Amino acid sequence: MIDSLSYSLQKRILIVLFLLVPIALMAVFSLYPTGYLVFLSFMSWDGFSPEKTWVGIANYKEVFQTKEIWQAFGHNFVYVIWGLLQNALGLFFALVLNSKLKGRNGYRVMLFMPYIMNGVAVAYMFNYVFNSEYGSFNMMLRGMGLDSLAISWFGSPKAVNHVLGFITLWKFMGLNMVIYLAALQSVPSEIIEAAKIDGASRFQTTMRVVLPNITQVIELNLFLTIIGTLEMFDLPFILTGGGPLGASDTFLTKTVATAFKFNNFGLASAMSITLIALVVVVLGIQRLATRRWSE
Amino acid sequence: MSEKRFAPLSVFQHLILWIAVLVIVFPPFVLVLNAFKSKTEFAQTSVFKLPHSFLNFDNFAAVITRAHLDRAYMNTLFIIVIAVIGNVALGTMVAYVLGRFDFKLKNLIMGTYIALSFVPTITTQVATFTVVKNLHLYNTLWAAIVLNLGTSVLQLFIYLQFLRNIPRELDEAAMMEGASLFRIYRTIIFPLLTPATATIVIIKTIGIYNDMFTPYLYMPAQKLTVVSTSLMNFSSERSTEWEMMSAAILLIMLPIIVLYLFFQRYVFAGIVNGAVK
Repeated sequence: MIDSLSYSLQKRILIVLFLLVPIALMAVFSLYPTGYLVFLSFMSWDGFSPEKTWVGIANYKEVFQTKEIWQAFGHNFVYVIWGLLQNALGLFFALVLNSKLKGRNGYRVMLFMPYIMNGVAVAYMFNYVFNSEYGSFNMMLRGMGLDSLAISWFGSPKAVNHVLGFITLWKFMGLNMVIYLAALQSVPSEIIEAAKIDGASRFQTTMRVVLPNITQVIELNLFLTIIGTLEMFDLPFILTGGGPLGASDTFLTKTVATAFKFNNFGLASAMSITLIALVVVVLGIQRLATRRWSE
Repeated sequence: MSEKRFAPLSVFQHLILWIAVLVIVFPPFVLVLNAFKSKTEFAQTSVFKLPHSFLNFDNFAAVITRAHLDRAYMNTLFIIVIAVIGNVALGTMVAYVLGRFDFKLKNLIMGTYIALSFVPTITTQVATFTVVKNLHLYNTLWAAIVLNLGTSVLQLFIYLQFLRNIPRELDEAAMMEGASLFRIYRTIIFPLLTPATATIVIIKTIGIYNDMFTPYLYMPAQKLTVVSTSLMNFSSERSTEWEMMSAAILLIMLPIIVLYLFFQRYVFAGIVNGAVK
């Protein structure tokens, strides 16, 4: 039956049929929530009562005036520092593995492994590593006679974000490495050979020929990392619950708590929109930077 | 080439890589050491000591019953199977239509997919939550299924890229023989997209298995716990029984690690395609 319909009619039917469900899903679970989020950010709502009251930009004012929110946001910057180190290491290991080294695929598989591990399991595993009394890390420190360094890692407001930052590095370094490695492998071998013939050392070739060829991917990785740090959530949520006394709260754990713990959906929505705006700003900066590079 | 000349360098490279591997393996290794210890053995020995026997599976058996891991695995599997099948069906359909046909709204649809990908999913949960509740999906496994059905930009790009490499002459030859467009999709396009589908199935499976937030938020009922949330529940009850927790953590990590080791090619393909596009 269908076979006998003209192709232009078939095409129209197919476009509608094939896009119906996907677009409905997108509309209901992405587009509408995003729009609704904007709407809620101008409302005062506890999440249960049928009434929502229009409060204008009061929620946004509150976001910008609440000290705790920006303190929490400050903690995200600790993750940025660890994220930069994570990128440096990722690039370094990609350079090391982008050679004819024996067993390089085995190393790649091992170094990438943490990325695919279950996040909850990883969190509890590190709870085990950094526990102050029985944790393997403190045991190791004590074994080396460094008792004074064996502190309560999750209990110290100063150390806690760095511990979480380190765990993030542990989990995501391999991701950066694999992306860098793919970029390195796409650098044409002719230009590397040419540099070698011109008498450039391995180090010079890397700095002057290889790296300039992958600046876009370096930017992409930095961008992914920064977005990831702005959206840091799982680890503090599972491991510390933002504690001790909010010392490890991030912008998102604060947002989620505002909504689902304190039932202030209006304020939480305004916080979400603020975060999305920040992500867009970072994206804009990245785009600008990319354009400058390519000129 | 001159392998010998670079020998000192490659020794140094292996050394550095081994240090990195050690840092990665150290935490799970300590878990392995302690998951096989009995309660008294754990209390009396150092965490770095080998267990009396690696054949003592008591903790693993106890964890499976006490944390209801069997049920959690089944729930997770159910969500993964249905969501991934639906996701692949819908994903290939969208890619076929957007990749092969020109029509008015095409650019708008592509643009919307891309724009929405910049909205972090956790931030919109505040609003998604009310949608899920109104659809009466709250506290059902369907909440996680439906939220994972939709096509992501990553997926769309992988499919579109593969589709571009399937010659249009194949479509045209089939049309000459009078095949319908649906038939072309089903017998030519869908089968030829298999490598991309394999990548997407693996990436998606890992993603759903590791997702904690969706089940935590939308399926709090005890009987609906998935692997991630079962570990959270178990830990809040017995976080001090570390030999038990070690076994539980290992049981949760293991399936995905095995999957990864077998299908690493597809995992890397997915990661690289998604990032560089």
